[in-house]
Amino acid sequence: MSFDIEQLRGDFPILHQQVYDRPLAYLDNAATTQKPKAVIDAVRHYYERDNANVHRGVHALSERATAAYEAAREKLRALVNAASSHEIIFTRGATEAINLVASSWGNTHIGAGDEVLVSEMEHHSDIVPWQMLCERVGATLKVLPINDAGELCMEQLDDLLNERTKLVGIVHLSNALGTINPVADIITKAHAVGARVLVDGAQAVAHMAVDVQALDCDFYVTSAHKMYGPTGIGLLYGKETLLEVMPPYQGGGDMITMVTFEETQYNELPYKFEAGTPNIAGTIGFGAAVDWLNDNGIANIAAHEQSLLAYAIGQAEAFDGLRIIGTAASKATVLSFTLQGVHPHDLGTILDREGIAIRAGHHCAMPVMQHFGVPATARASFAAYNTKAEIDALFEALGRARDLFA
Amino acid sequence: MFDLRDLYQQVIVDHNKSPRNFGKLDACSHEADGYNPLCGDKLHVYLQLSDAGIVEDVAFEGEGCAISIASASLMTEAIKGKPVADFEALFRDFQHMVTSDLAEQPDDERLGKLAVLGGVREFPSRIKCATLCWHTMRSAVQGSHNTPAKTE
Repeated sequence: MSFDIEQLRGDFPILHQQVYDRPLAYLDNAATTQKPKAVIDAVRHYYERDNANVHRGVHALSERATAAYEAAREKLRALVNAASSHEIIFTRGATEAINLVASSWGNTHIGAGDEVLVSEMEHHSDIVPWQMLCERVGATLKVLPINDAGELCMEQLDDLLNERTKLVGIVHLSNALGTINPVADIITKAHAVGARVLVDGAQAVAHMAVDVQALDCDFYVTSAHKMYGPTGIGLLYGKETLLEVMPPYQGGGDMITMVTFEETQYNELPYKFEAGTPNIAGTIGFGAAVDWLNDNGIANIAAHEQSLLAYAIGQAEAFDGLRIIGTAASKATVLSFTLQGVHPHDLGTILDREGIAIRAGHHCAMPVMQHFGVPATARASFAAYNTKAEIDALFEALGRARDLFA
Repeated sequence: MFDLRDLYQQVIVDHNKSPRNFGKLDACSHEADGYNPLCGDKLHVYLQLSDAGIVEDVAFEGEGCAISIASASLMTEAIKGKPVADFEALFRDFQHMVTSDLAEQPDDERLGKLAVLGGVREFPSRIKCATLCWHTMRSAVQGSHNTPAKTE
């Protein structure tokens, strides 16, 4: 498998444009990645040739749509190495997947006096659903702190885990800091006290190989649009034994086998959790994104991104007045930073006019901002198609921003 | 860089670096909080009115981008020493300037130095940075202390 960056960039129509008369350098991949032509074509093909509802039609189009939809499920199963495709539930995204677990599993397995443990570096989507659950059932939300490098304080984990801990929610790869967390260790320790673990892999799946069986996680969630797929589609992986006993999250079509006004029998997995006509086009696009990742090789992509990140960190460390937020020993894809004298939002605007797209803000991780005592950071985040030339352009523009405010 | 200098005029850069009337007012008759949840900008404004309704003193503190700090600084300069009864008209003139069509020239006569912020029209995502302080001051003037001012 070869990794030819020019050829790979050719797969992404959107990259080949000028923004304010400058070549676009898209460095906001932690917010969402761009889509390769194969994904766009798969969605278009579905609407042009196969559009029909799934799981019910007897006609050719419905059969083709159903086959493509279920083929995507199998591709995702293989990508994260789930034991069965019954364990892959399609959701609107990682956020909905976490809400599904917090509602369905949480309502039936967490009660007054129990504890849910999350980390200080979680995205709001892995904080708020648990907070809401704790309020509903009278449980307590506990927080595993981070250190000033943006790493989990693992030495405090043993003290925070106890027989009251029912669930640990932990991000695999932090969107705000780039930290890769030792989730396997956390899962082992959580299981030792009888807690279940949900891993938020919204950022991770595009940047590293994920094996849910090797991790032994109970739940794993991700979003297609952060891994070259469409928006509005994501997945929940759950161990079949857990999913089997969980009540449905939403009621409606497709999640039933029989309905009367007296009672309803629920469908088997995974359909029990997929009420209503799903995002069929998005799911098919999700499957095409998996094919694209496999064709290019996640290991190749990860190696390329690591060399970009090392190159960017080298420039950042030499840049006067720049403070890197998140210096974990194990990190990927994200360079979060502040620049003395220039607010991140001003940086965002200035870089935009140079054709460079970055994110400025709290990255939906306000507790991380609070930890580092900053209201916001600027964040450049890299994907398979980024180049060192784009990083050079970023730092040249940062120099001009500094001059503008001098 | 021509476009950017439209936004980041020297006056704005200066006011961001050395904001005027920055800090607390120990004695104040009105105050209010402002918060932009999108970007995390936070402001607190203080106002001291005389019995005759003149803005005797005004101050602000908080954190934000250059546009939001410079806008707050320029606003305090613009209203200090003036009748508070004039505030609403100036609020509307400012609001009009930052949301009007690009072809329309800011009314220098009415807006004075505030006209330097007219450049934000070209940057839709930044208009709220310029208006947060105005909304916050308006809540202070109207005496609605209970909820922080927002830009929508």
